[in-house]
Amino acid sequence: MAVKSNLTNMVLVLGLTCLLCSGVLGGAYVLTKEPIDKAAAEKTNKAIAQVLPHFTEVSYNAEGKYYVATEGETLVGYAIETTTVGFGGPLSLIVGVTPDGVVYNTSVLSHSETPGLGAKCTTDEKFMSQWKGFDPSIKKLSVKKDGGDVDAITASTITSRAYTLAVENALKTFKELSNE
Amino acid sequence: MSKFKMITDGLVKNNPTFVLLLGMCPTLATTTSAVNGLSMGLATLFVLVLSNMAISLIAPVVPDKVHIPVYIVVIATFVTLLQFLMQAFTPAMYETLGLFIPLIVVNCIVLGRAEAFANKHGVLESAFDGIGVGLGFTCSLTVLGLVREILGSGSAFGFNFIGGNDGMLAFVMAPGAFLCLGYLMVLFNKFVKKN
Repeated sequence: MAVKSNLTNMVLVLGLTCLLCSGVLGGAYVLTKEPIDKAAAEKTNKAIAQVLPHFTEVSYNAEGKYYVATEGETLVGYAIETTTVGFGGPLSLIVGVTPDGVVYNTSVLSHSETPGLGAKCTTDEKFMSQWKGFDPSIKKLSVKKDGGDVDAITASTITSRAYTLAVENALKTFKELSNE
Repeated sequence: MSKFKMITDGLVKNNPTFVLLLGMCPTLATTTSAVNGLSMGLATLFVLVLSNMAISLIAPVVPDKVHIPVYIVVIATFVTLLQFLMQAFTPAMYETLGLFIPLIVVNCIVLGRAEAFANKHGVLESAFDGIGVGLGFTCSLTVLGLVREILGSGSAFGFNFIGGNDGMLAFVMAPGAFLCLGYLMVLFNKFVKKN
């Protein structure tokens, strides 16, 4: 059944297989590039729409990792991407900040928290809703255990701290932006 | 061997999860819910059928000494293809399964079927073998995911029936995966495999 190996047929078969496979993959890459980019863009747009009030245009600043959302001439707010380290790995958020410095809403872009514990930061109503309209000039931005005003997720203080830190970073970015 | 028997063989006699105990890494890691298990199973099924067919076609001309690298290249090609397709059309699922999609390349079920079956049989037979074993894997993962989801988060296929999320957390995490797998294996061997 199996062909006896010699240098020529080994090189030939392996080379041809690789050539053919890379050809197939190259073709597939070209064909799926557009839908993949579209899906990624849709995802960010959806995330921004979730964390900011209604806007019509959005532009991305790759260096500062933030989006500027505008409606006509008026600034609607900034959607700022931040990443901190949670319990299971990086925790990436997008934080919407309106021009008055108030958090409009937050959304998790990606996380690797424990299912059923830290992962609740994407489903826990009570935890998520407290970020809506969070005003850092009135409330203290740290979890209650550390003397702040943020309700942590039960049994997931580390995740909650990371989440809070991410919001803090976003607000820092916002301050730098509004000082410019 | 009839085509029908080949498929039932993959489901029962050669069930990759409960009998052959192959591909344990994705089995334990992705079955946190029924839907995740099902999608991982279907992804593996896709790769298994295509790689089985391709390998049965090229096997007669592949020299003995390089057959493993050639098979791996073929399998990796289909996995990458699947990755592109999932990223394009089911981005949410791609994100959930994440790392475990590229890991299908080294899933011993896929290379195992190529070595044990596809390189000795025709295209059609290999395709059916792929479907059988793939379905066996899919069913096992779905059942395991379902049991863990019911016990761990009190829901089934994303439909919550206890209200709130007060399931037994351990079952969503790794220890629960081992426990469920062990008990399901016992039940499977006692009731299903016997007949």
